[in-house]
Amino acid sequence: MEKVLMINYQKCTGCRLCELVCSVMHDGVSNPARSRIKVMKWESEGLYIPMSCQQCEDAPCMNVCPVKAIHRDEDLGFVTVDYDVCIGCRSCVAVCPFGAMNYNIIDKKVFKCDLCGGDPQCARFCEVKAIEYVDADRISIGIKRVAAERLSTAQRDAAALQAAM
Amino acid sequence: MALNRKIAFIDLSTGDIEVKPIPLDVRKKFLGGRGLDAYLLYNHTKKGCDPLGPDNTLMVSGGILAATCASATARTHFMAKSPLTGLLGSANMGGFFAPELAWAGFHHLVIKGKSEKPVYLRIHNGQIEIRDAAHLWGKTTTETQWAIREELGDEDIKSAVIGPAGENLVAYANVMTGIKNAAGRTGMGCVMGSKNLKAIAARGTMDIKIAHPVDALEYNKRFIDQITSAKVNQTQGSLGTPFIWGATNCWGGIRTRNFQYNQCENADDIEPERIDEICTEAMGPYHMTGCFGCQVHCRAQYKIPSGPYAGKYDEGPEYTSLGAFGGEPDCKSAETVLTGNHLVDQYGIDNLEIGSIISWAMELYELGILTSKDTEGVDLRFGNDEALIEMIHRICYRKGWLGDTLADGGIPASEKIGKNSFEYLIQVKGMNNLHSDERATPALALGIATGSRGSDHLRSRPAIDLYHLPEKILRQIYSNPVPYDGPLSSEHTAYEGKPWQVFWQENCYMGVDCLGICKYHTTFLGATLPNFEDWAKVLYYNTGIEMSPKEIWDVAERCYNIERLFNLREGMTRNDLKKGDTLNHRYFDEPCRRGAPDVIGLTIDRDKFKKMIDEYYAHHGWDENGVPTAETLKRLGLDKEPSRLL
Repeated sequence: MEKVLMINYQKCTGCRLCELVCSVMHDGVSNPARSRIKVMKWESEGLYIPMSCQQCEDAPCMNVCPVKAIHRDEDLGFVTVDYDVCIGCRSCVAVCPFGAMNYNIIDKKVFKCDLCGGDPQCARFCEVKAIEYVDADRISIGIKRVAAERLSTAQRDAAALQAAM
Repeated sequence: MALNRKIAFIDLSTGDIEVKPIPLDVRKKFLGGRGLDAYLLYNHTKKGCDPLGPDNTLMVSGGILAATCASATARTHFMAKSPLTGLLGSANMGGFFAPELAWAGFHHLVIKGKSEKPVYLRIHNGQIEIRDAAHLWGKTTTETQWAIREELGDEDIKSAVIGPAGENLVAYANVMTGIKNAAGRTGMGCVMGSKNLKAIAARGTMDIKIAHPVDALEYNKRFIDQITSAKVNQTQGSLGTPFIWGATNCWGGIRTRNFQYNQCENADDIEPERIDEICTEAMGPYHMTGCFGCQVHCRAQYKIPSGPYAGKYDEGPEYTSLGAFGGEPDCKSAETVLTGNHLVDQYGIDNLEIGSIISWAMELYELGILTSKDTEGVDLRFGNDEALIEMIHRICYRKGWLGDTLADGGIPASEKIGKNSFEYLIQVKGMNNLHSDERATPALALGIATGSRGSDHLRSRPAIDLYHLPEKILRQIYSNPVPYDGPLSSEHTAYEGKPWQVFWQENCYMGVDCLGICKYHTTFLGATLPNFEDWAKVLYYNTGIEMSPKEIWDVAERCYNIERLFNLREGMTRNDLKKGDTLNHRYFDEPCRRGAPDVIGLTIDRDKFKKMIDEYYAHHGWDENGVPTAETLKRLGLDKEPSRLL
């Protein structure tokens, strides 16, 4: 079964450990500018949202690439860049709707999430489970449960109101 | 590479900026952060310099591990001669500033001189620029940070700033970053204000090469597991530090009505669970946030539930704000505590000091030492929430005679108020005590009496002393990395062995402060948390420096001795009630009136206290006056200070 990164931004504490371990894992250095994941913040509201590649099925980056340097990894299903073919035109950076294709100003290369070859470090280090690496069919189960709970609460509230009338 | 982060010497009078590397032998002697700052302070200030004059030198630094793949290396340290105490000024904050400074190429800034007009420093990828700050002057701490981001067009800039309190030279103004991270104690914001330095804005994208990245990653994971498996950190991570307030208050360790009681009664509205409810209501079930790379996430998010500031977003309140705006003034409403916390964050002032000083003034008012003429109509009695909030405004803006007087700090204020006001001031070395009451805990009392920056819990507090741990466990902790076979007692009311525990904790906290790691990641609140042995490993994996746990201990001891040398040079003596290793007479004379049965009736015993100080000095290798002996200085390699290695 294919696995995907599941991000529940409500749980994110904004600590940015994911950015740190991503850069250490891939480049052996600490530098958020090299991280494939980035926590977007609204500090004055206390809102933090980690943004990373969604590994889109109909991936705009793959479609736009003029030299067909972007393809899907057959084993793990993530979208990947072939640096032998890539000409560094950054068209993929421009079209990604999530801003998940990055450009590294030091090496002058585009780069993106490769799921760390099947053991994504961002998920491994995220103790609060704002980022999890789950089977693709599990992605909506948490949302279902929360929505179902809401329904059930609403129903109970309605029944209580009716009884009180 | 962490080791190629630079030090910059910035002269605000001339505009000169000099950037230098930090030699490896200096690193091995002082590591970085607070330790190296202490060395720089001793070497770059002259005896008796005016804390608010151009000759005072302000150090800003990250630890040697800042932004590396160690855990929670977020701490930024500030050091200068303190305008509050005239002795060592030193304060430490979390957040995201130190890592950003490191990615911008720097670990240490040494700021001298005084700018003619308001300025701020922009630090970006190895470059430092002094910029005009006229448009920022008068702004609150968050307004300043957002304005800098907007001006420079970069939302990732992290700034360390002062608010109105720092501009108005309130002696205990702090430096802030983010919403509530504060380098709170000893008035470092006042020093920035005196230099007309409104902010330091850092932004960097420079690599920090990790010496052994795979090992560093794996060890970080182990470290995090160790930290998050500790119950104390799990509780911190859900209730934040208020849980400590709740626990301490129930046994009787919270200063109430200045120092009249040791427990705040009927305080349901500010119990940690109630604060948590307020946070959940406004911010949802996931309302905890953390500093860079930290999995403890001890900071809650809240909105003020009611009152004139209703709906304002802030973070905290910490243990300290519950004491400062709850217990000490005996104001027991969540609205007041959360509002007070918000105001000090916005104005940039130390919550501990302002809460303590207002409570002192309340006691003076009830005793008739201060009158309504002095307070200009403010009914400054205990439990008057409005008066408390009003005094926060007045002090930060130096409004009215009393606001202006209290803004100078406790000792100068007591000299101005006169009568016997000083006798009621709960301070050590000119810095007021936090809201904790140490009459039932000799170890904690010794810690605040001897702390190098004055009365404080983060210099040497053996907090685990309250857990009554078996002696075997205590011995495991306290006889590493140097042997100790003297007495140790599991009893928190005992005096035996406590001087060694205080000495050990001093070195432990100095160690993490040099590395730049948060104290919640060491033997502070949890007995199972990492210390010297683990640091030797993270230091090696991240920087490649090979040092044994004992060698890190030696660095810590060396740096603590430099702080001592600085204080001695500035005139501290053992028994001086205003500058010495002493406690207010009330610790000895007024018994605890509330709390657990084994706490009621306790005082600190004068003779035993004196004996603890003697023992503590002996562990340090200091003479009976608390002065390091020539032999001690030689052992630590400090016999030629100031040595001007940098």
